[in-house]
Amino acid sequence: MQQIFNFIIRNSNRLLFLLLLGISLGLTIQSHSYHRSRVINSANFLSGGVYERINRVNEYLNLRAENDELVLENARLKSLLFNKEDTSKMPLPDTIKGVKPADIIVSKVIHNSYNSHENFITLNSGRNEGVKQDMGVINSLGIVGVVDNTSANYSTVVSILNMKSQINAKIKKSNHFGSLTWNGKNTGFVQLEDVPRLASIRKGDTIVTGGQSVIFPEGINIGTVDKIFIKTGTSYYVINVKLFNDMTNLGHVYIIKSKGREELINLENKSKEKDE
Amino acid sequence: MSSALLVNIFRFIILLAVQVVIFNNMNFLGYISSFPYILYIILYPVNSNKTGLIISSFLLGLSMDMFCNSGGTHATACVILAYYRPYIFKFSFGLSYEYQTIKLNESLTPERFSFILVSVLLHHIVLFVLEAFQFKFIWDILLRTLFSTILTIITSIIIIYLIKPNKR
Repeated sequence: MQQIFNFIIRNSNRLLFLLLLGISLGLTIQSHSYHRSRVINSANFLSGGVYERINRVNEYLNLRAENDELVLENARLKSLLFNKEDTSKMPLPDTIKGVKPADIIVSKVIHNSYNSHENFITLNSGRNEGVKQDMGVINSLGIVGVVDNTSANYSTVVSILNMKSQINAKIKKSNHFGSLTWNGKNTGFVQLEDVPRLASIRKGDTIVTGGQSVIFPEGINIGTVDKIFIKTGTSYYVINVKLFNDMTNLGHVYIIKSKGREELINLENKSKEKDE
Repeated sequence: MSSALLVNIFRFIILLAVQVVIFNNMNFLGYISSFPYILYIILYPVNSNKTGLIISSFLLGLSMDMFCNSGGTHATACVILAYYRPYIFKFSFGLSYEYQTIKLNESLTPERFSFILVSVLLHHIVLFVLEAFQFKFIWDILLRTLFSTILTIITSIIIIYLIKPNKR
């Protein structure tokens, strides 16, 4: 017993080092596993509060860009208003009893990272505003990411510039699906993988979100086709997509509450259980 | 002793704040960033309590992880740097370093520079390897480590020179 105590006292620093190393390595490995969100994140009152204060100052520097974006969106909405589609063409009834398929929460980016392989964005709205995990985040130009962690007043978002992010997307004109990932190289481009070679694709085609995902509604802009490769040894394309969004400069964003989401997930789980 | 403790607490908070407010927002070419907050570990008094250094470095790294959403990479890198600091001292200043009173924030001699270089390099290698976590990014890791080390050393030396009059 005496020897054990002696050993512990003599090597206290080494044991402490090994303990703390174990904790921090555990946190690192946990954060790299795909399906679990991180324990240590910036959605808390301390870092969220600090980022909000910093952002209050930074906002003034981006007022011009923000204004330009709003003017563009106004122009687009006006053009929609003035050039109404033919009213004899019935819109597709994708809802019953007049329930809208999606609700929108307006939020603001208070911290944005884009210089590592796994980038996160911090927003200034959280559970109190109704933000939950796995909600989609977009802005006026296109998609931004998916909500990861929430606290009372803040939330973190897995940016599309995150190698763990995978989003269902399609080619607007032909409905061929693929999954949107990032190779960790350029902040202006993401990759659309697993598109079958049957699909006819040209440079400049628009890529939008696909309807298979329960996170985003169908048809939200992502970007345009820049380069097309064939994945070696397979019959699938890998497409380099040039983003509409400048991910290094984000201001206000919209969080999408997909209303049918829980129902859909429950239904799918039920069918899976039956299968087994 | 208590004044040294106060200086350390002061450094901890100020360096963390400066890192979060200023240096986390500085990216050259999108991937080169500098982390002068590890000056806290580098400037920690030589003959002071080692247990305190290891614990406070862990807390420093954990706070950085909280602000950067980086899991536990900063905490791991900081704890490793704090634990191996005495070995780097031996490497840079020779075996009898504990008997001399080394003051890092004085004029830059080759020994002091080599100490800062090795410390920063160790921290950055661990940090970027854990951040990428995959072997196919080996060139990316090396490139990031190289350029970020250069940038961190430049900013660290500038900061050391800026805070020198306060220390006297």
